[in-house]
Amino acid sequence: MKNIAAVSSIVIKELYRRKDFYVLFILTVLICLVMASVSIFNDHNIIRYLKEICLLLIWVSSLVIAITTTARQIPAERENRTLLPLLAKPLSRTQLILGKFLGCWLACGAALLCFYLFFGLLAGSREHQWPLLSYLQAAGLHWVMLGVVIALTLLGSLVFAAPSSTGTICFVIVSGILLLGRHLNKVALHLPEPRRSILYSLYYSIPHFELFDVRDLIIHNWPPIAWSVCALAAVYAAAYGAVFLIGACLLFRRRALN
Amino acid sequence: MDLRTIGKSIPANVPGNKLPAEINVSPKIYASDNNQSGAVVEIRNLFVTYRGRGTGQPDRQAVKGLTLTVQSGEVFGFLGPNGAGKTTTMNVLLGFVNASEGEASIFGVNVREPIARQRIGYLPELTYYYKFLTAEELLRFYARIFGISRAETERRIDAVLKLVELEAARKRAIKTYSKGMQQRVGLAQALINDPDLLILDEPTSGLDPIGRMKVREIIQRLKNEGKTVFFSSHELGEVETVCDRVAILHEGELKVEGRVNDLAEQHHCNLEQLFLKVIGYRP
Repeated sequence: MKNIAAVSSIVIKELYRRKDFYVLFILTVLICLVMASVSIFNDHNIIRYLKEICLLLIWVSSLVIAITTTARQIPAERENRTLLPLLAKPLSRTQLILGKFLGCWLACGAALLCFYLFFGLLAGSREHQWPLLSYLQAAGLHWVMLGVVIALTLLGSLVFAAPSSTGTICFVIVSGILLLGRHLNKVALHLPEPRRSILYSLYYSIPHFELFDVRDLIIHNWPPIAWSVCALAAVYAAAYGAVFLIGACLLFRRRALN
Repeated sequence: MDLRTIGKSIPANVPGNKLPAEINVSPKIYASDNNQSGAVVEIRNLFVTYRGRGTGQPDRQAVKGLTLTVQSGEVFGFLGPNGAGKTTTMNVLLGFVNASEGEASIFGVNVREPIARQRIGYLPELTYYYKFLTAEELLRFYARIFGISRAETERRIDAVLKLVELEAARKRAIKTYSKGMQQRVGLAQALINDPDLLILDEPTSGLDPIGRMKVREIIQRLKNEGKTVFFSSHELGEVETVCDRVAILHEGELKVEGRVNDLAEQHHCNLEQLFLKVIGYRP
């Protein structure tokens, strides 16, 4: 465990010493502050649109941070040859993968915390109410979902050599699932066999990221969802995360580092 | 600075020695009772074949039946032209590449066990260490992987940075270092666990004459401290100066092996002339 923690500490250090997070955070803050300063049609309900846009920016930024940070981990270690002195130490390849995963996940968690704190302050200053439980659930489910995205990207970074291709492919897959994942079964209904079965099997095998998207909960100030549902979602994410991580470990274990 | 004096937590290669409690390693594996010969590195009938990539590319045999032993306290020079199989052999010893056939062990432990790397220091050729870290942070990170206690880590960082003359730059980001400084930080990371075996892959590659001299001095110093050093180099003069024994590899096969003085007497030539003869160079 100490080896995993050591590797993850380096990943966290890397994230806060690079500019990516700061650029995305400042951009989100600027866009939201500009929008919040303008009163459109003197409509007090405009805050809902502001919240929606702010949350959309947070989702896009967090996905960009998670995917780009994870996609470069192993390829950069290979390119700079730091993988060799690292694995020449009593550190197994599985520990390295788990350390990278933990580091990326914790780093994204820290970034997410900053984003949601800003969101809470912005929404609270306009609405004068603080539905902390809903915010906590939304941020928690978002973070859990990022765990699956990170595990998927880590697996992708071992399949594709270049971080840019891994990043692009993973971003397309995750966005595709978020936007279209929930509709695949409906589309399958109208297809002839065997395409119907293929699409159904795809629908049941992909991780449904949209299950973790509870933005509406805080946009419309709905009451928090049951904790048992959140726990189920976490178990669902853990299962998918574990599958992707096992795949990454198996792939990395067999790879020659020459 | 004698590295043995700075918190000697990893014992020398004495069969039956146990690790102190601070390094949590199974003594059963570590003690390596099967290492009766006293050999630090043992390679037996090693073959490494790389599969051809793409259509029509034939498989390539990088190492062909290599058998080699490095004894404790020796400085062993591993020579050969580019593509001879030196780095591949080192990669097998470090568990980066699997042998197609044959066996390799370090301190009597199969090289595929991560525990075999507990007492090793490794310096790869041309490595660009984490640019966002300082030398101090980098060494702290590697020390953590070895399970070295915090107080001990600080002592070792001071000692190795003094040894490689990077004390003044210890708090500077590695991205600001020159090539020579990067190579020295690499040497520092290889020494952080006070290893009993150092594997150095072309440690002087790309260094200026002063940098090369400094690395040579460090190897000499480690030799005086009784460390085993296994290194590859193209600098035959430097090999002649610091090595006890050498092996010359050509096209994956071991051509010559022996003590530097014995080889010179036997072949009536110096190491450079012998090297050229072995690889079949005709001017």
